[in-house]
Amino acid sequence: MDEIFDDIERWLTKGQKVAVARVVDIEGSGPRDPGAAMAVNEAGEVAGSVSGGCVEGAVVGEAIELLEGRRTAGITSFGYSDDEAFAVGLTCGGTIHLFIEELNW
Amino acid sequence: MVTPIYERFRDSIRAEVPIALATLVEGPNLGAKLLVEESGSSLGSLGGEELDRVVRRDAIAMLEAGTSEVRHYGSHGEARQHDLSVFIECHSRRPHLVIFGAVDFTRALASQGKLLGFRVTVCDARKVFATRRRFPMADEVVVDWPDRLLARIGNDLGPRDAVCVLTHDAKFDVPAIMGSLPTRVGYLGAMGSRQTHEKRLERLLDEGVTAEELERVKSPIGLDIGGRTPEETAVSIVAEIIALRTGRNAPSLSDAKGSIH
Repeated sequence: MDEIFDDIERWLTKGQKVAVARVVDIEGSGPRDPGAAMAVNEAGEVAGSVSGGCVEGAVVGEAIELLEGRRTAGITSFGYSDDEAFAVGLTCGGTIHLFIEELNW
Repeated sequence: MVTPIYERFRDSIRAEVPIALATLVEGPNLGAKLLVEESGSSLGSLGGEELDRVVRRDAIAMLEAGTSEVRHYGSHGEARQHDLSVFIECHSRRPHLVIFGAVDFTRALASQGKLLGFRVTVCDARKVFATRRRFPMADEVVVDWPDRLLARIGNDLGPRDAVCVLTHDAKFDVPAIMGSLPTRVGYLGAMGSRQTHEKRLERLLDEGVTAEELERVKSPIGLDIGGRTPEETAVSIVAEIIALRTGRNAPSLSDAKGSIH
């Protein structure tokens, strides 16, 4: 997470809400290991990454929903699958599980 | 608003102080946090004393192993139950690569080590060779005898760390290997031809080291990939370090009998 603290601090100082998504588990091949983290502020600005750029766009959407109170904190998964739930996929063919929460701890 | 947990977490990572953050990611108290330091002291709670105790214990072990993963527990921390999922994110100390011998191969190995995220120390007793100028990529260059450096840092070496002895010189590599054997270092390798290796083994046995202890020494050092240049040799060495850590069955030169190159 170390690479995203500077942006987080700046956003917090401005009084912005911040959501953090962290890779907690990977099945198959995944570009980033558990612990990789990405932060999103309420304006949709991003710091860090959780994949090789495959799912970041979708994570921003989830993060903003969370900050606007339209979803709750929890695990969200992205991966290659026929399942409708996996609208956004990883080109490497793996599945990543992210925990998304507001930074209020 | 952030809390002291976030602040301590951020400050520890910035200062490279090992720290583990446990987050309850499935179950009641979703999002609850327990921050665990290497010493075992902690901040926050996942919602129960017994659960906190078990997670603290697991986090300390994971900090040493350098892994981050989801663990499942019963609601009071019971093993083999699945009421709760806790993501334990570990920020461990960087693994340490100690290279004895300030030779040409050392430059390539130090660079490879940095690429893989090691803190790299180069040590040689000859001050004309062990210079910052020759090893700008190393985190530290130490002019000293191997046994003296190991007496200082040996206790800190653990399963994720590596010692590579590249000197080819008995008066240097014998004390380097003897000083490394009592440590918990995960990887111990020594460079040299098969002939050099045999002679070195004899000298170590004469010094009272047991054959059993010597099985730990990867020598000739590296995987059997036919590497020749310092750069290729460095790749074969770091590949052997990775394979030993992951437990994969890659062909080591020390297990083969044929020519090295």
